[in-house]
Amino acid sequence: MPDTLTRFGSNSGQPTTRRDGIAKVTGQATFAADNHPEGMLHAVYVPAGIARGRVAHLEVEAARAHPGVTHVITPGNRPDLPGDPDAKPTRFSFRIEVLQDDTVRYAGQPIALVLAETLEAATEGARLLAPRYEAEPPRTGLDDNAPFAVEEPGFGAPGDTVHGDPEAGHAAAATSIDATYDTPPQYHNAMESHAVVAQWDGDRLTLDTPSQALAMSCAAYAHLFGIEAADITLRSPYLGGGFGSKAIPNGPMVLAILAAREAGRPVKLSLTRRQMFGPVGHRGATRQRLRLGCDADGRLTVIDHETLAATSTFETFLESASNASQGLYASSAIRSAHQGVRLDVGTPGPMRAPGEASGSAALECAMDELAQAAGIDPLEFRLRNYAETEPGTGKPYSSKALRECYARGAEAFGWADRPARPGTMRSTDGKLVGWGMGTAFFPSPMFAAEARATLRADGSATLETGGADMGQGAWTALAQIAADGIGLPLDRVELRSGLSTLPDGGVAGGSGHTATAGGALHSAGGDVVRQLSELASGQPDSPLFGAGNATFEARGGRLQIAGDDGRGDAFADILARAGLSELTGSGSASRPDADSRDYAMNSHGAVFAEVAVDPDLGQIRVRRLVGAFAAGRIVNPRLAESQLMGGMIWGLSFALHEAAVHDPRSGRILNADLAEYRVPVNADVQGLEVITVEEDDPHVNALGIKGVGEIGITGTVGAIANAVWHATGTRVRRFPIGLADLLAAE
Amino acid sequence: MKPFDFVQPRSARDAVAQWGPDAAYLGGGTNLVDLMKTGALQPARVIDVTRLPGLDRIEVAADGAVRIGALVRNADLARDADFAVRAPMVAEALLAGASGQLRNAATLGGNLMQHTRCPYFMEPDAACNRRAPGTGCDAIGGAWDNAAILGHAPSCIATNPSDLCVPLAALDAVVEVEGPDGARDIALEELHRLPGDAPERETTLAPGELIVALRLPAEAAAFAGHARYLKVRERTSYAFALVSAAAAMRLEGGRIAEARLALGAVAAKPWRARTAEKMLAGQPPGPDLFARAAEAALAGAAPAEGNGWKIDLARRTAARALAAAAAGTPERMPALPASPFSLSEDLSHA
Ligand SMILES: Cc1cc2nc3c(=O)[nH]c(=O)nc-3n(C[C@H](O)[C@H](O)[C@H](O)COP(=O)(O)OP(=O)(O)OC[C@H]3O[C@@H](n4cnc5c(N)ncnc54)[C@H](O)[C@@H]3O)c2cc1C
Repeated sequence: MPDTLTRFGSNSGQPTTRRDGIAKVTGQATFAADNHPEGMLHAVYVPAGIARGRVAHLEVEAARAHPGVTHVITPGNRPDLPGDPDAKPTRFSFRIEVLQDDTVRYAGQPIALVLAETLEAATEGARLLAPRYEAEPPRTGLDDNAPFAVEEPGFGAPGDTVHGDPEAGHAAAATSIDATYDTPPQYHNAMESHAVVAQWDGDRLTLDTPSQALAMSCAAYAHLFGIEAADITLRSPYLGGGFGSKAIPNGPMVLAILAAREAGRPVKLSLTRRQMFGPVGHRGATRQRLRLGCDADGRLTVIDHETLAATSTFETFLESASNASQGLYASSAIRSAHQGVRLDVGTPGPMRAPGEASGSAALECAMDELAQAAGIDPLEFRLRNYAETEPGTGKPYSSKALRECYARGAEAFGWADRPARPGTMRSTDGKLVGWGMGTAFFPSPMFAAEARATLRADGSATLETGGADMGQGAWTALAQIAADGIGLPLDRVELRSGLSTLPDGGVAGGSGHTATAGGALHSAGGDVVRQLSELASGQPDSPLFGAGNATFEARGGRLQIAGDDGRGDAFADILARAGLSELTGSGSASRPDADSRDYAMNSHGAVFAEVAVDPDLGQIRVRRLVGAFAAGRIVNPRLAESQLMGGMIWGLSFALHEAAVHDPRSGRILNADLAEYRVPVNADVQGLEVITVEEDDPHVNALGIKGVGEIGITGTVGAIANAVWHATGTRVRRFPIGLADLLAAE
Repeated sequence: MKPFDFVQPRSARDAVAQWGPDAAYLGGGTNLVDLMKTGALQPARVIDVTRLPGLDRIEVAADGAVRIGALVRNADLARDADFAVRAPMVAEALLAGASGQLRNAATLGGNLMQHTRCPYFMEPDAACNRRAPGTGCDAIGGAWDNAAILGHAPSCIATNPSDLCVPLAALDAVVEVEGPDGARDIALEELHRLPGDAPERETTLAPGELIVALRLPAEAAAFAGHARYLKVRERTSYAFALVSAAAAMRLEGGRIAEARLALGAVAAKPWRARTAEKMLAGQPPGPDLFARAAEAALAGAAPAEGNGWKIDLARRTAARALAAAAAGTPERMPALPASPFSLSEDLSHA
């Protein structure tokens, strides 16, 4: 059988514009809540107005009597769920809040659900329930409860890791710092709020709901509703952002599906913005203590990173922030440890760079503080502690162009001109100016995915996998990879995705979706090409007849002998000769265990920030952000840049803006709307520059793709905080940094 | 939301006649509707006044006074070139408020009458004397640190959030109202009330009184050459002020002939700083003078809920606004909304 080359063709690497762009800007793209099946009821749930206690009374009759209301579902009459909502059917799942009882565990928890003929009637029915509570004092701050030991802070994340001898490292240090950083609770707030339209047909279920993990979600719903996953059709063609919050089924979605079964009619539930603050995940608060030491040459003797992080009273997921200190800087000793605190808040979950974002924020500030204490330029300090192999394990990196990121970022930014002393730079309009930097770092995991490819007689093809376009551009990037895999121009390839009845596209998380789903599509295309090769080399009329020992490559709808453009055959001709109307291939992708065992695989980057601070009023503005990233092969530079920019803006948001504020009495979130839960506006984002440093990584996966979705946050938060210090001489160790912090410091 | 009657009267008199105890006038709805959605306000009748004829005009009288109809949209007023020439700091304040979309919808009357952004007022389940008299104040002992620092009371520590009202108070604007008992004028400075022991009475409008117009006296234009609005907040746009200041002066022979200063987001009403104005009058402009005037403007300030930083910030903001006003109104409106970054162009990184 002939060999076929795994190669990138002319499609990958192009800055192709979004294939779904026109549909989106013209309103043709159908998001979950845009569906209105015949006979549909509207669901509205009542969010708990307290954070801890029990629901003592609901005015059920008043709600039921409201015109248009058809069902009022409370813990008292909630239809049975065949599967246990307290169990965890998959590795990535949480206990689901579905009116198990009248206990309130956090503000915003669903405590009743109303169905009605109109959204207005359901909304009013929910209001008429007028809950009365027996409230207990809520615990919403990290000091409000005793810490507990954690084994697995995040999915698969280790709780405590020690490399080397931290005590010896502390003792050996010529210079040390001991600093504690606080990060607040943050909420994903994807532009599209969570929504579901659920329709039952006997035991068959159709769901329109945004999902970052179609197959996994179906498995969870199948467990809960006692049906086969194969009997669920989940449609998720577009997500208006996910950021980790749409990977795991949550209480409100499950309640709506249950209500649809009860009512025997389709049901739609679409969360309000306020309802996005509670039952659908968030990034929990952390307090991180970093004790770092270095010797007289500025080489780290110890990184000691302890995290105290919030979780709910009924789950364990928390920010595994300390793990950010594993794997980045060379140090003779590295210790990362976690403790949890149970609070009366919704369960935190994966939120864009879960663990890494908070951990990097603290680590990069601590590195800056130590560099300053040791009298070494922050960039030089990082270079002195550059890890050539993974610290602790000694594993080689599958690829690591971080040195080049530092160099290219520093060059573009002009870092060499940075004065060491803080508070010495001024803009012409009298603002304090500061420069800071941070290293970006994010693992490159892969999940498992499958795909199918069908080549038709006319030379066009359909490639299929149940992937997820969260706005990151999967419709485009996956199609580019698919087209290369099957050797066709992009416009001859139809991609089908976002549907659970297709082959499992894996999880769109961990920045691993392009590599995983893309890998499966590429391999399915490759399977078709292999079959074509076999056919052609056995067809006496084919120019490739008898070339069975040569290496073939597929390009532009033709099969060729590698390196010999003159000798080839068109796909359509091969099929015609074989009398086939179509040819189907299948593929899959996952990472062989041996590769994970032998190599450390990460994306890297360097972020440089310039801030201006008003000397009297303390107002901070980021004026420039330059990020240079090495993330394996870049499939689509336009989309990758946009992802990296989005991450950097998220980092800016983390550094200066985002925080949910709990009312101490009720435990409710006071700023549960986008007027007061602050994210940057366009005018806050200036001078953004992204540089991508290409890496040829033969180990990370067959396509050499790492991820770009999350890394942009890491490095950026610290870079901005460090720049604020450099501008003002004031070190703020609590995020977000605000003008009150700088005023207070004077 | 709770069901309600909806009426669309075609004359101001009819609008007033439709008024009843649980009624609310509806302008652009950007504030009222939000509060109805959360359930903080639950009017039984909503009287849409946006169809009232003749209230959407900006007119300049022979004496130079400007009369602005209550239905003029915030965006239209801010972008009216004649108006901006007469009252640049009002235009600057308007453009510093909310977002382009909101300013397109928001009416003048609605902006003057917008409610506090205290989260405990906006949350129907919280105790709030302003929204539900006698229930208490959850903001005290709460977690909102953008509360008042002037004129607050144990009953209420809310602030008035309007940017527009701050320069209007400084410029002696007058509100024209029509009500069940006929028409009358109210000085803008008298429109909003400090809480005292009746925070539920947010304004001095009598029940059923409808704002029909606002008058800016002719004298306002005399300040046009030296007038600035400065708004301080964490993000560049789409955020309410932590503190703001409207400062204006008439300079004659190198001295301040007359000055105006008002602060925003510090009290339940726009805070006119008359003592400071008197200190400034007759003096040559300069940083020391502005610092002393700012000090005087904050006399009597007291933190509520750990927001002492706001007092300091307000003082500095007032001084900076005065300095910016003394430097002169720029020819063109800055590209970005009023902030410490829009006061002077920075050329170091073009
Ligand atoms: C996200 C967000 C951000 C914002 N940011 C800012 C900001 O930075 N600065 C700022 O100043 N404002 C800001 N605003 C507030 C905005 O300016 C006001 O919502 C708007 O001006 C209100 O005008 P409206 O016509 O929509 O009023 P409506 O919502 O229609 O009415 C508001 C109130 O005024 C009453 N009312 C309306 N018209 C009359 C009348 N003619 N006579 C008597 N009473 C009347 C209503 O009954 C109601 O109580 C923001 C608002 C939002 C939602």
